[in-house]
Amino acid sequence: MDDRSETQLQPDLEPNLVEAILREAGPSPTQDALLPILHAVQGQVGHISKETIRSIADAMNLSRAEVQGVVSFYDDFREAPSAKHVVQLCMAEACQAVGCRALAAHAKSQLGVDFGEATPDGAVEIKAVYCFGNCATGPTIRIGNRVHGRVSPERFDALVAPLRSGGRSA
Amino acid sequence: MTQSIFVPNDTTAWSLGADEVAEAVTAMIAEHGMDAVVVRNGSRGLYWLEPLVEIESPLGRIGFGPIAPHQVADLFAGGAMPTAAHPLSIGLVEELPFLKAQRRLTFARAGVINPMSLTDYRAMEGGVALANALAMEPQQIVNAMKSAGVRGRGGAAFPAGIKWQTVLDAPAHPKYIVCNADEGDSGTFADRLLMEADPFQLIEGMAIAGLAVGAELGIIYLRSEYPRTEAVMTEALALARNAGMLGPDLLGSGRAFDIALRMGAGAYICGEETSLLESLEGKRGQVRPKPPLPALEGLFGKPTVVNNVLTLAAATTVLAKGAEYYATFGEERSRGTMPFQLGGNVAQGGLVELPFGVTLNQLVHDFGKGSRSGRPVKAIQVGGPLGAYLPAQHWDTPLAYEAFAAVGAMLGHGGVVVFDDTADMGEQAEFAMAFCAHESCGKCTPCRIGSVRGVEVIHRIRTGVDPEANLAVLHDLCEALELGSLCALGGLTPMPVRSVLNHFADEMRPSEKGMS
Ligand SMILES: Cc1cc2nc3c(=O)[nH]c(=O)nc-3n(C[C@H](O)[C@H](O)[C@H](O)COP(=O)(O)O)c2cc1C
Ligand code: SF4
Ligand code: FES
Repeated sequence: MDDRSETQLQPDLEPNLVEAILREAGPSPTQDALLPILHAVQGQVGHISKETIRSIADAMNLSRAEVQGVVSFYDDFREAPSAKHVVQLCMAEACQAVGCRALAAHAKSQLGVDFGEATPDGAVEIKAVYCFGNCATGPTIRIGNRVHGRVSPERFDALVAPLRSGGRSA
Repeated sequence: MTQSIFVPNDTTAWSLGADEVAEAVTAMIAEHGMDAVVVRNGSRGLYWLEPLVEIESPLGRIGFGPIAPHQVADLFAGGAMPTAAHPLSIGLVEELPFLKAQRRLTFARAGVINPMSLTDYRAMEGGVALANALAMEPQQIVNAMKSAGVRGRGGAAFPAGIKWQTVLDAPAHPKYIVCNADEGDSGTFADRLLMEADPFQLIEGMAIAGLAVGAELGIIYLRSEYPRTEAVMTEALALARNAGMLGPDLLGSGRAFDIALRMGAGAYICGEETSLLESLEGKRGQVRPKPPLPALEGLFGKPTVVNNVLTLAAATTVLAKGAEYYATFGEERSRGTMPFQLGGNVAQGGLVELPFGVTLNQLVHDFGKGSRSGRPVKAIQVGGPLGAYLPAQHWDTPLAYEAFAAVGAMLGHGGVVVFDDTADMGEQAEFAMAFCAHESCGKCTPCRIGSVRGVEVIHRIRTGVDPEANLAVLHDLCEALELGSLCALGGLTPMPVRSVLNHFADEMRPSEKGMS
């Protein structure tokens, strides 16, 4: 299982990766391939830049506005790079019932950021999401591809500390 | 004989350290040369016990849980298999009252089998339904779904047989089977649990739907918040294809059916079926007006069955055991069993599959053992973010479609979320509007703008700013949402809001502590 949580990439690699993803989608992919392509770019590059939107639009024979519209509609796709690690906190009802609001307040004050913001060192960003299907054992957070249940403020700190000291999260 | 040690591969178990437990057990086996192997089963849905390690014994499987990684060395001290006498033992898993009191049809295999083993699957009646369906005419399959009385489990409770009939009768081709695995409602995890514990059942159910309506391609639309489910389903699809359960020649019948897995991208509205279809077509997930029905003009404008994971899974019970058998469960027009999902502030959270008609008191107190915090339970939200918050006076209402509608509530996808007496119900009402504002697809003005106003207005009421006038505005807003929305996101957001106004009116006022 891929538990990596790093979401950043050397900028000069981006065009090559996008090109490879588009090549893999085959000659003139139809529009239904758009979300899988965007997922691949988001996963490998970490964001979907204006240049990428142009390349995708050209390859798929769509207008830039169409691709842009899709990118902006879905929460998973981001147009600007994120922090090195994105920590997602479930803010939905079942987690509310077991204290996710207090956990979020703790996270914000510990890191000195609001949802959608990165720490000044660019290491960690927190994001509100709605439900990981882990509703019997919340509060739930996700770091990279790893889901954590029953996260107390202490456990949050223990999970996030290694991300801030430059280490990779396991 | 090599003994199996079961460690669930389910998301919840994983979120509590099951992978580390499995690694530790594997290391113990190697270190002590034990004649044992780790099997990554799915979860049985006894979530307060996860990670739940199980060991075979002549009497049945003995459970140990919850097990933290550091407890593994003690559990297998000296390389010996622990017995029911071990302090961490919870005894025979199947004798646990939480499990024993259930009626598992859809979840009979969950947590029992290795989800990646077709041999295990077949040993517990897996594949019987598809074999039966292959020997039937499409109309007979559809008739079975109709007479079983299966209603859609995704929330709207539309009769599945009637939907299948419409697609069967539609002249256009090709036709599609779309499995709605977006499971966006907070407090629900039954789709996920099924896919992670018994993925072949969903595959079989989709193949049956394909045979019934004449579709050769199925697509599963899975929410991206489920990374482990994605991994399990991807592997299961490949295994099914290799075994001829999918592909150009289904089990040697000459009939074709295959399934593609597609990921959502973090939009709640994409659980709504037409928005989901737009998303599959590579567009913004905006809701389409109906008509046309997706059954007639669905994916790429072609006839499409859109069903929830559990609806498709129910088809395997109907086809394996017969429509009559299925219809013996439940009451009135709520037939079969419903997997209720106990979550939030509950001591024993997890999956409870029972015939319709059970009550919240039974679920939350008998199964759930009250709140996790030990404090009194104050409110129970049923049916996800668009469902009502119910106070104690309604906890004896039978959980069935009609009975719930009669008290201004709905079952939805069967999520049951428990709140103790520390919950601020005014805050919950405000959140309902905020969620609608966040997730609105933007098509209808009441939903897009009204929900934002709703947040402001509730905030004013809660902080004591002209509460009477603002309450009147809130009632008007609820009415505008209800009447002026194309889909149930806008249309049903008033349900949780009104339930707070009706049942917890005191909590809409500023509290003594003073609010910001
Ligand atoms: C806002 C909204 C969200 C929905 N989310 C889901 C969902 O996550 N999963 C689901 O199966 N149905 C969901 N539905 C219901 C679907 O529109 C549709 O009724 C269902 O997929 C049909 O399948 P069924 O008849 O088997 O339930 C949602 C509906 C609305 C209005
Ligand atoms: S009610 Fe809201 S989500 Fe539904 S179609 Fe209208 S704007 Fe979109
Ligand atoms: S509500 Fe938080 S995981 Fe479901």
